[in-house]
Amino acid sequence: MNAVVAGFRGFARYLGGVMGADAYTKYLEHHAASGHAEPPMSEREFWRDRTDRQDANPEGRCC
Amino acid sequence: MSSMPGGRARTTDEDLELTPDPSLPPTAVDETVREAEEGRWTPAKIAIWAAIALLGGVAWFMLAIIRGETVNAIWFVFASVCTYLIGYRFYSKVIERYITRPNDRRATPAEYKADGKDYVRTDRNVLFGHHFAAIAGAGPLVGPVIAAQMGYLPGTIWIIIGVVLAGAVQDYLVLFFSMRRGGRSLGQMAREELGVIGGTAALVATLLIMVIIVAILALVVVNALGESPWGVFSVGMTIPIALFMGVYLRFIRPGKVLEVSLIGFVLLMAAIIGGGLVAQTEWGAAFFHLDKVTIAWGLIIYGFVAAILPVWLLLAPRDYLSTFMKIGVIVMLALAIIVVRPEITVPAFSEFAGRENGPVFPGALFPFLFVTIACGALSGFHALISSGTTPKLIEKERQTRLIGYGGMLMESFVAIMALVAAISIDRGLYFAMNSPAALTGGTVETAATWVNSLGLAGVNITPDLLAETARNVGEESIVSRTGGAPTLAVGLAHIMQQFIGGTAMMAFWYHFAIMFEALFILTAVDAGTRVARFMLQDSIGNFIPKFKEHSWRPGAWLCTAVMVVAWGAVLLMGVTDPLGGINTLFPLFGIANQLLAAIALSVCLAIAAKRGSFRYLWIVALPLAFAAVVTITASFQKIFSPVPAVGYFANNAAFSKALADGKTEFGTAKTVAAMEAVVRNTMIQGWLSVIFVVLSIIVIITGVLATVKAFRNEAAGVGHDDHEDPAVASRGYAPAGLIPTAAERELMAEWNKLPADLRLEKSGHH
Repeated sequence: MNAVVAGFRGFARYLGGVMGADAYTKYLEHHAASGHAEPPMSEREFWRDRTDRQDANPEGRCC
Repeated sequence: MSSMPGGRARTTDEDLELTPDPSLPPTAVDETVREAEEGRWTPAKIAIWAAIALLGGVAWFMLAIIRGETVNAIWFVFASVCTYLIGYRFYSKVIERYITRPNDRRATPAEYKADGKDYVRTDRNVLFGHHFAAIAGAGPLVGPVIAAQMGYLPGTIWIIIGVVLAGAVQDYLVLFFSMRRGGRSLGQMAREELGVIGGTAALVATLLIMVIIVAILALVVVNALGESPWGVFSVGMTIPIALFMGVYLRFIRPGKVLEVSLIGFVLLMAAIIGGGLVAQTEWGAAFFHLDKVTIAWGLIIYGFVAAILPVWLLLAPRDYLSTFMKIGVIVMLALAIIVVRPEITVPAFSEFAGRENGPVFPGALFPFLFVTIACGALSGFHALISSGTTPKLIEKERQTRLIGYGGMLMESFVAIMALVAAISIDRGLYFAMNSPAALTGGTVETAATWVNSLGLAGVNITPDLLAETARNVGEESIVSRTGGAPTLAVGLAHIMQQFIGGTAMMAFWYHFAIMFEALFILTAVDAGTRVARFMLQDSIGNFIPKFKEHSWRPGAWLCTAVMVVAWGAVLLMGVTDPLGGINTLFPLFGIANQLLAAIALSVCLAIAAKRGSFRYLWIVALPLAFAAVVTITASFQKIFSPVPAVGYFANNAAFSKALADGKTEFGTAKTVAAMEAVVRNTMIQGWLSVIFVVLSIIVIITGVLATVKAFRNEAAGVGHDDHEDPAVASRGYAPAGLIPTAAERELMAEWNKLPADLRLEKSGHH
């Protein structure tokens, strides 16, 4: 049973990674690692900033 | 830049002045250790590869040589997967060794440009899924279906061999070269490597190609939704669902991507089931029963609005939904084919393989089969993705082989599955669905009579079968449902109902398939319009600087409108075309896509030559030559062929003459207005072909010239700028392939022993 739960968690984590759900966690890691003085963006700010930057830099989707 | 004083640009290990941090373990597996590991052929390893080769050989034998009544679909799976494995293990290694020469001691852009936002080191397996979701869309699901007109074998060979020698090579090289340049776009690389003329031609060609690709993808959606209340309702519902998801992510629970995707998925299923109920009611059937022209206009207006709305509201949430569906659908389709293993009755080569008057798409097998199947074998559009987001996320240089080459093999597998789904349905049904209404007459009786009159071996279709299939999938009619998507949907419903649910579930599966294809395409339409708009703004900005300001609304709206009008015009032309639309326009789509591949490969050829890989330049030259020959031949036939069904101008002349002679109907055009439409459409299509081919020839010539120049410089010992970002020593390690090797595991263990504060995530950066 534990193995099933662990497997499911692993799959969910993988799927989340593929879809970019872990972007904020990664941003926090980077922020902590690079030793910036100012505090990191909040989760809400980060996602806003992310989609707003996509407005200015669109990415193609393939056919 | 890494031009050496001796003149030659070299980026191999021995020339690099990378000083690794002495406090860190090695950042790459030692060259000799890796070589020894790869070169060691243990009996178990030999046995495994012999088994793969043998199974693949048997599968190809079953597909290509044995001429039984039927062939089982499982052989398609074995033939493709075994060939991919061999291509990946052996051919891509040759490319890695002689062309790309990755160096794990060098930091990738995700490391030296890390910003936590765009440049983020991403686990290789996650990035593989991410990259695959970005390259695979509706293309590999449509082309193989249309190409099935020629029988299953030509398409199968081209998809499998083409990807190993051409498509995956292009994706891998563009990804690697873009990564070495900090994730620069194909357009920027073309300008640097091919000069102003080649670069400008590449830019204009890319812009035009985007217009054509968006228009024809939109045409596929229109054809699938025309006169289908169920389809219109459920696909229409994706818009409010996406809007809801957008608001949820922005205001209610930011960042809960998986959660909102699950909610969206449930709503999507509800929309499909609800569509069936709505279509049964009288008001629903009346309200959502739209003709193709209305849907086309709806799509044009939608395209404009979607492209000027903020990304968070519509594009981002639908992108999540689309990725979620993509992965689910592909896993489901693979499972179903393996479990159900349908028997295929379609011949290896059909009667149309040797002729050039096929009803689904005109033209001879060479070159038109090779342009009809673009995505899945060789898709130039991928070069735009491989040079955009993905290179900024790669953790180690050696991983590009898994992601670039491997990701494309995966897309090819999707194309094979689409082909299997399409050929698992009755052949008569296939031709009744995919031939234009001008030929089938549009009713079940006329369609059955016409299909039976084609004289195809083993085809004897009854009007009842056509009516029954339509009833089973919950549509009024399936006659002349061109564009590939409905055929794939019927094939998928046919396979899936044997797997889950039986005949009662066929209508659900059919609309499920239409829904996900429409979802992929709408995302591509929206994103394509945006990208094209930015390209146009930048181009105009060279003359009127104000246009370069992307936040300047009037400029953005004007450029969006220009792009939407451009693809909208082509779309309307296809929808109203008296000759059938898809069959005249689809070759243009394939030609455009392959020409983009030729452009990308020209850039790669020039770069590979500058890196001094002359002996192995054929690895790039081979797919480039093939793509160039195929597309230029196809374009020339479309321009110069005297056969009206093939040549745009020949058709134009025939219809112009009929009009001049005062005829009121000619061929499949039954009115003077229709004849005038043909004259107009063929003229536009003909000139588009001329422009494409001229631009591409310019780019290919500049690419070859750059290659020759690199060769001369090499001979004369003159240096040249390789345009790569300067090499920076890496400070981290990750294995290259899906499964780490023994040496890689050993090195990983060493890194894991490192105190946390010394590891890359935590180490003070800069």
